[in-house]
Formats: sequence, C-alpha cells, structure tokens
Amino acid sequence: MNIVNFTPISALTGGLLIGLSVALFFILNGRMIGISGIASNLLVSKNNRIDNFLFLIGLILGPLIYNLISGKEINISISSSLILLIIGGSLVGFGTRLSSGCTSGHGISGISRFSLRSIIATITFMIVGILTVLVTGIL
Amino acid sequence: MNKIVSLLCGIIFGIGLVISEMINPEKVLGFLNIFRDWDPSLAFVMIGALIVSTPIFHLFKNKNKPVFSSNFSIPTNKQIDKKLIIGSVLFGSGWGLIGLCPGPAITSIALLNMSSAIFVISMFIGFYLASKVN
Repeated sequence: MNIVNFTPISALTGGLLIGLSVALFFILNGRMIGISGIASNLLVSKNNRIDNFLFLIGLILGPLIYNLISGKEINISISSSLILLIIGGSLVGFGTRLSSGCTSGHGISGISRFSLRSIIATITFMIVGILTVLVTGIL
Repeated sequence: MNKIVSLLCGIIFGIGLVISEMINPEKVLGFLNIFRDWDPSLAFVMIGALIVSTPIFHLFKNKNKPVFSSNFSIPTNKQIDKKLIIGSVLFGSGWGLIGLCPGPAITSIALLNMSSAIFVISMFIGFYLASKVN
C-alpha cells in the first residue's frame, strides 16, 4: 500500500462543516441528517416535504456559493460507462433505502448516536466498497 | 424558521462536500483503493464531522424540544436484520463501482455533469423500487 493524494487539512475542514450542518439541523429542527432518507422521502412521503426539498436545494447551492466566494473552479471526474452509472446509481438508491441509511445517515448521524445498527451498516458498506474497488481494479 | 434552517444546513453540508473534495468520485475511490494507492482523506472527513456532531447530539438529545420544531425525531429502530446487511452490501457495491453516494451525487448536480445526472436519476429509481419492497 502507498499513501497518495492525501489532503488531511481540507478533508478535516470539510468534515467539520458537515458535522456543523448535522449538529445545527438537530438542535434547530430536531432531525438527524441522512441524505438518502431526505431525498427518497421527497419522492415517496408527504412528511417534511418542503424542509427536505429546501435541504437538497441547499446542497446544490453549496458548490455554486463556494465558487462565488472563493473563485475556485470545482472539478470532478467520472470515467464510468453509461451502463455502470445506471447499475451503480440503482444499487446505491435501492441499497440505502433497504438499509435505511447511507454515508451520512449511518456513517455520521448514526455513529454520532452510538447506534450499533449504524456502526454495522457503515463497516459493511465500507468493506464491500473496498472489495468492489479491488475487484474492478483487477478486471 | 425551520425552512431557512433546512436550506442553510443544505448549503453548509454542500460546501463541506466541496472543500473535502468528497464531491469528486475519484477521491472516494482513492479511499476505497486501500490495497494499492490509498488516499486516507475520507477518514479525516468522517473524523471532522463526528467530532462536531457527536458531542452536540449527546448534549441536546435530552432537552425538551429543538429550537424551531415541536419535538426531536430520533431513529428508534435497533434491529440488526437482513435488510440492514443486504442493503448495506448493495449500497457498498454501487458506491465502490462509481465512487458516488447520495450526498455528493445530489450536490454534483450543480456542476451540470451528465454522468452524475444519470447516476442521480438511477438512484431515485432505486429509492422508488425500495419503497415498494419495504
């Protein structure tokens, strides 16, 4: 194993902001953030619909506001084929709802609550993610 | 007031994903590539988030009510069941395949990237199908 592209300061800074968002949403609105839950409830539930919608709009505004303030361009690179994007997106959507949480809902909010369920979910999706990258790297 | 909070928390979360570069699937795949060239950054994102959210949650969970809402809503399901494990396995495989999870995927809509748009649409189809199964 070699350590590459490690950016501890920006990772920690971004992480603190994510934690601040989770903390404020809990203290002020009383809910723990889980983005797969917020997004899918917008689709299938009438509860908190406007709040959920506004949160997702905020997410999308985030990069635009960052760009406006810092003047820095945001570059992402996705090299996956169309069919892989469809398979991957469906697996993420279906899987996160079956297990009631994703990286934010289980990985951050759930672990903050010391929920055993979320700790097990997080370990599981991390191990499977690592194995998937291992296998696709070999193929 | 809680509508403004929702929007503001979304913005803060989105900026956090941009600064930490978790919006970039390559960065996430670098973290999952633990056996070859490993980028540990994602672990630092989780640590940064948890050192803020964990103490705040435990300080406020026993208060009467949140500031702008009538009650706290905290998940009560404690069951470690097949759904939790199978769902996490499916999610982990999709995550490892592309490097996107729900938060970064939705946030990346701002960048008008065609690939992430296709991913997000597929993800919402997955949400819908799961709601029919659950």
